[in-house]
Amino acid sequence: MIDARALRKDFPVLDQLVNGRPLVYLDSAATAQKPRPVIEAVRRFFEEYNANVHRAIHALGERATAEYEEARRKVARFINAPSERTVVFTKNATESINLVAYSWARARLKPGDEILISPIEHHSNLVPWQLAARATGASLRFFPVTEDGRLRLDNLDELFTDRTRLVAVTHVSNVLGTIVPVETIVAAARRVGAVVLVDGAQSVPHMPVDVQALGCDFFAFSGHKMGAPTGIGVLYGREELLEAMDPFLGGGDMISSVRLLTSEWADLPYKFEAGTPPIAEAIGLGAAIDYLTGIGMDRIHAYERQLTSYARERLEQIPGVTIYGPRERGGLLTFNVDDIHPHDLATVLDQHGIAVRAGHHCAQPVMEWLGVPATARASFWLYNTEEDVDRLVEGLWAAKEFFGHVA
Amino acid sequence: MSLESAYPVKLNDLYRDVIMDHYRRPRNKGTLEEPSVSIDLNNPVCGDEISLQLLVRDGRIEKARFMGRGCSISQASASMMAQQVEGKTLAEAEEMIARFKQMMRGDEKAGETLGDLIALHGVSKFPVRVKCALLSWEALERSLEQLR
Repeated sequence: MIDARALRKDFPVLDQLVNGRPLVYLDSAATAQKPRPVIEAVRRFFEEYNANVHRAIHALGERATAEYEEARRKVARFINAPSERTVVFTKNATESINLVAYSWARARLKPGDEILISPIEHHSNLVPWQLAARATGASLRFFPVTEDGRLRLDNLDELFTDRTRLVAVTHVSNVLGTIVPVETIVAAARRVGAVVLVDGAQSVPHMPVDVQALGCDFFAFSGHKMGAPTGIGVLYGREELLEAMDPFLGGGDMISSVRLLTSEWADLPYKFEAGTPPIAEAIGLGAAIDYLTGIGMDRIHAYERQLTSYARERLEQIPGVTIYGPRERGGLLTFNVDDIHPHDLATVLDQHGIAVRAGHHCAQPVMEWLGVPATARASFWLYNTEEDVDRLVEGLWAAKEFFGHVA
Repeated sequence: MSLESAYPVKLNDLYRDVIMDHYRRPRNKGTLEEPSVSIDLNNPVCGDEISLQLLVRDGRIEKARFMGRGCSISQASASMMAQQVEGKTLAEAEEMIARFKQMMRGDEKAGETLGDLIALHGVSKFPVRVKCALLSWEALERSLEQLR
C-alpha cells in the first residue's frame, strides 16, 4: 500500500493554510496538484533548453525535440500503445474527442447512421457528438442506465445494430464514479463493425490502463488530472484509422510539402499536431508519468479504492447525506447533505480549508437524471489521507449545524 | 440560536439571519396570471434557475413574483428583490439595480437605501458567489429592457 502521508510532501501546494486551517484538497477530479518532479521538469525546460521542436538546427532545439519525443514514448508505454505513431498530443481530452468528431465522424457519418453514447458522459463526450450528428444527419442513441448509475449491458444486441457506426463512452464517470466495462462494449461494437472512443480523463490518473487490452479504437485523456500541467492532452488512435483520417487543424509542423493549392500531410502523429505544440507541458506530462510509474498505478488504484470506501462509510454515518452512484466506483464521492445547496456547502467547507467541487460537474443530463440541480463532489488522489476524509466529515457536520440541521 | 454568533466572522458576513430567513421562507414566490413580462434565467455554471414575472401598470411595478431553485444566496436575493421592487416605478427599479450591482462590487454605502438587501453586502467578499446574488437582478434588468 502507498504511503500517502509521505507522498503528499512531493506536492508543494498542499503545504499551506486556507482560511486558517491546513488545506484539504478534495477536487483532484477537476484538476490534480503537481508533484515537485513535474514542476522541476517544466522549470528545467524554460531555464535550460527552451526552443521550438522539429525545426531548429541548433543544440537547444535538438534537446527540446528529443525531450518532447521522449515524453511521447513515455505516454505510449504508460497506456501500452503499440507505437508512438498512435499517440497524438492535444490540448486536453476535450480536444482529443473533438479531433475524432471532426476528422473521423464528420467525414464518414451519413443520415441514418447512429452514434451510441451513454447518458452519464461529461459534456466533452456529449456535445461534440451532438454537433457531429447535426452536421451529418446521424442520430444519437443512448445506453440505458441502472438505478445506481451503471450502464445496462444486458440488451446489447438491441442497442448495437448495423447502423451503429460509433460508440463513445467514458471509462470512469466524473460524477457517479461508475467504472464502465469497456471490453464488453468493444466486443459488441466489433460484431457490428462500429468504432469505439473511450474518454479516459478520469481513469488514466487512477488505474493501470492498457489501450490494447481494452481494444478500443480511440482513447482520450488530459494531462492536468494526472499531475501534469494544463494544456497537454493525449489522443491514442488505432494506426489504420489515424492514417485514413484527414487532419483536424492545418498549419505548420503537420505537412510534408505545401504548394499554393495543395499540401501533403506529415506522417503520424504529426499530421494531427499543427502549429507549435505545448512543449513544456508535454515534457511535464512525461515527468508526471515517471512519477506515477515510480509509485505504481495498481498500488494507486488499490489505495484509492480503500480510501473511497473509508470515505463512503464515514459519510453514510452522517444523517441526511445522500451518496449518488454505484458502490463499485472510482476515487470520488458525489453527494448532497439534507437540503443544503451544494454551493452553500462548498462555501462552508472552504471556510474550514476544505476544497470540494459543487455544481453540475459539466454533466447536466446526469443531474437531471439524479433529479437534483447540483451536487457536491469529493474526489481523491494518491496524496489524500484518512485524515482528509475525517476533516471533510467534520466540515459536513459544521455545515449541518450552521444551516440548522442539527437538533 | 442566531447564526451570527458562533461562526467565523467571514461566514456570518455571508449568511446573515435575514438571508437565511428569506431562503427558508421566500417572499413573493409564485407566478402571475397575466404578467406584463416574464423572464427565465439560469446560471450555466452552477445550474441555479430563476423565473421572474412582473405586472406593470402606468409605469409602476404592481406585482413581482419569482420561481426558482438554487443556493441560499440566489434564492434569498430573488426573494428580497421581488419584495422590494413592488410599487417602484421602472426608473426607480433601474436605480435599484445600479445600486445593488455597486454593492456587489464592495460599495456598502450603495446598499443603504435597499432595505433588507443590505444584508447581501457580505457576498461581495466571496467573489465566486456574487453571480449567485446577481442572477435575479439580471432577470429584473432584462425584464425592464423588454418593457422599454
